[in-house]
Amino acid sequence: MAAVQETVEQVRSIDVDQYKYGFETQIESEKAPKGLSEEVIRFISAKKEEPEWMLEWRLDAYRRWLNMSEPTWARVDFPQIDFQDLYYYAAPKKFKAPKSLDEVDPEILKTYEKLGIPLREQEILAGVEVPEGERPKIAVDAVFDSVSVATTFKEELKAAGVIFMPISEALREHPDLVKKYLGSVVPTTDNFYATLNSAVFSDGSFVYIPPGVRCPMELSTYFRINEKNTGQFERTLIIADAGSYVSYLEGCTAPQRDENQLHAAVVELVVLDDAEIKYSTVQNWYPGDAEGKGGIYNFVTKRGDCRGKNSKISWTQVETGSAITWKYPSCVLRGEGSSGEFYSIAISNGRQQVDSGTKMIHLGKNTTSRIISKGISAGRSNNTYRGLVSAHKKALGARNFTNCDSLLIGDQCGAHTVPYIEAKNPKAQFEHEATTSKISEDMLFYCMQRGLSQEDAVALVVNGFVRDVLQQLPMEFAVEAQKLISISLEGSVG
Amino acid sequence: MAADVRLMKTAAELALADAFASVKSTLPGGADVAAQREAAFETFAEAGLPHRRVESWRYTDLRALLREAPPLAPAPGTEALARAVAACPMLAGIDARRLYVVNGTFAPDISDLANLEPGLSVASLAQVLGSGSPLAAQIGKTVPSTDAALALNTAFMGDGVVISLAEGASLSRPLHLVFVTTEAGVTATFTRSLLVMGKGASALVLESHEGPAGAAYQVNTALEAVVGEGANLERLKITAEGDEALHISTLLAQVEAGAKFANANFTVGGATIRNQLLVQLAGENIDASLSGVSLIADKQHADTMLTVEHIAPNCQSREQFRAVLDGYAQDIFQGRISVRPGAQKTDARMMSRALLLSDTAESDNKPELEIFADDVQCGHGCTTGSLDQQLKFYMMARGIPEKEVEALLIQAFVGEVIDAIGHEGVRVALADATRNWLIERK
Repeated sequence: MAAVQETVEQVRSIDVDQYKYGFETQIESEKAPKGLSEEVIRFISAKKEEPEWMLEWRLDAYRRWLNMSEPTWARVDFPQIDFQDLYYYAAPKKFKAPKSLDEVDPEILKTYEKLGIPLREQEILAGVEVPEGERPKIAVDAVFDSVSVATTFKEELKAAGVIFMPISEALREHPDLVKKYLGSVVPTTDNFYATLNSAVFSDGSFVYIPPGVRCPMELSTYFRINEKNTGQFERTLIIADAGSYVSYLEGCTAPQRDENQLHAAVVELVVLDDAEIKYSTVQNWYPGDAEGKGGIYNFVTKRGDCRGKNSKISWTQVETGSAITWKYPSCVLRGEGSSGEFYSIAISNGRQQVDSGTKMIHLGKNTTSRIISKGISAGRSNNTYRGLVSAHKKALGARNFTNCDSLLIGDQCGAHTVPYIEAKNPKAQFEHEATTSKISEDMLFYCMQRGLSQEDAVALVVNGFVRDVLQQLPMEFAVEAQKLISISLEGSVG
Repeated sequence: MAADVRLMKTAAELALADAFASVKSTLPGGADVAAQREAAFETFAEAGLPHRRVESWRYTDLRALLREAPPLAPAPGTEALARAVAACPMLAGIDARRLYVVNGTFAPDISDLANLEPGLSVASLAQVLGSGSPLAAQIGKTVPSTDAALALNTAFMGDGVVISLAEGASLSRPLHLVFVTTEAGVTATFTRSLLVMGKGASALVLESHEGPAGAAYQVNTALEAVVGEGANLERLKITAEGDEALHISTLLAQVEAGAKFANANFTVGGATIRNQLLVQLAGENIDASLSGVSLIADKQHADTMLTVEHIAPNCQSREQFRAVLDGYAQDIFQGRISVRPGAQKTDARMMSRALLLSDTAESDNKPELEIFADDVQCGHGCTTGSLDQQLKFYMMARGIPEKEVEALLIQAFVGEVIDAIGHEGVRVALADATRNWLIERK
């Protein structure tokens, strides 16, 4: 009951469509000229002091992008984006990679403080109450507009052999590793937004876990868009070498603005023999107001490649923010016996549009995958699950179980399920099930009869509905996610 | 940014345009119908032949499959009619009123038109289009669709059967529409049929399609069905075309309040078979059921595309599809349950299951839900896999030979759909057909 109580209190403390991370940090920033051209790409590359091959890689992607057109198959509707009306690079002024936190602009530190993100190593995520000695450590990479402003616990991680740094820094310090893996999971030409990202990506995290190492702490990246009219294009690359393990968390917020902002990220995971990556996201970009004005366009390509035998990738996502979400974290199950998991809660309210899901591509023998997706739509939103499960001819013994449920709150919203199941061999066993329903009147009645208010009862039922997924989140995030759920549902009762 | 590049017209598309220009003056119907044909051809010409980028044709690339536009099949001669009478041995044992459409032309001489039940009227499409009968106005209006294959059908529709059943009328025996291609050459037929049922009418309609082996003929057929208030329509469509045939069929059904509608597809023959089912549940308290069985082998390709639109509240729909695949066969199921705003208390369930008997078969499923109302119960499920090894082991341990065990399990698998059919004779005929398919497989 404690969690429910907390949820309900959270609902009460915040008024209708009040996005609590909607503030803006007043900070001078340096931007590349508006618009996109080869010059802007050269500018970004030069700013990052990148090697020559990287610039070529970007320019190649840019030239290909010029010949691509935007995908239109998703169930989302938005005015055409003017890609020449955006800033592709924005960094806090006089930004020089800080040696320690003391050198970071205090305004930025304040921002993260307000967001509850622990940049000082003695702190932990806000809202988590644990006794002093048992506090879990979390290393954070904080990305502010186009640059990474701070990365914590670097020394301790280094001692374990783990590389955790902004990708721009990795390009300078570990060019061979980056060159070997960058674009190997999501090729530059993968899709319109991924290609755009390849051309202009500015920062993001790079993680390498050496063979046999269990990463000593959770790694996390916190993305913040601050500047007006900018797009954020970050790129994350995580490599888990043979027998290693890492849990990685990602969070994101943005100021409340009337215009839409574009976020087009690419995340690539590479997992070698017997290794595992657990990737969790709490996506809380500004969703726009009740009339659908403003908000982030979240067009993200996330894909993991289980290259080694018995490797494993687990995606967990809680999607509550963004005006439009277009995101399909996927697993390519190449290695024999590899497995992929996808746990998702997507909540839409107001006029949000969510088109999200996953792809499980079974290529190797005895590969397994599991998809648990819970969609909740309220207000006048549309929430679509779109997923692909496919088994290649050689993927003998592939197994998949998919369960995608949708819950509708109110009669103005829509919930849709578009699964693709493709089996090219008889030894693959695929099962798919999905249901759509509204909150059961019986359940609500039962709860309310026992003295819960209607809001309390809805919160209780919804928390029960999404429990399968919440259980997969690291504890620190589970608390956060539970609060987010209550905020998103707020105003939907009745 | 680069604009969408328009695809080059294929040889078949150009040939179809030529064919339309040359035959349109000979096709039945007055000025209204001619305008309707022109508009339909325009729709087709704009979209071109559907290809992989057209979502509803994702798994059946008609642009690649349809290499040429063969000439329209000639009207049947006496010899063709004599052969046509022997068509559809599968349903031979069933006492039914048989109406023949041979090589795309309605054949009244061999059709059973005697002693029509009160309220039943039967005419040929050509006749109806030419006469300006009110039924002609229904053609193309039943369920709106911009599907390119259907547009081609509308542009070229030559003949078919138009059946109307008056209010409260019911049939003493099933109607059997027998579509036969007798020509061994490469020809095309475009048939369009219409079934209009008044309030409370009831009917069982059987429809079979077949043709010669070894001929790459093309069939594009469509049926529009208007199921009136409280009416009861049960329809079974058997596709047993020749081994090189391309068969495209579209059902457009509009179902009114309180009606009962059951549609089953049984697919065994044809090289490429596409069944499109577009069903609108327009009134309250409708009980609809759509089901299908595909038994395919070798390089056969069967594609079922289905959309059930729940427009009014309190309707129930059930979709049950089964596919058994051998050899290099490919089965596709693309189903969509769409619940419109306001269609509260909808209860819809869709299940598609595929059984792969060979290492080279392929099954693709896309059971889709699209829901705009909150007080609904909708579910969909889908499974693919091979025969359950444990069940097999259990039965073999009891002394049943392996092949027989497989046959029993497969019959049970498709039995779930066949057993739901109301007419006993039809059930038995389909069970026998399944058994024959299994015997031929060995």
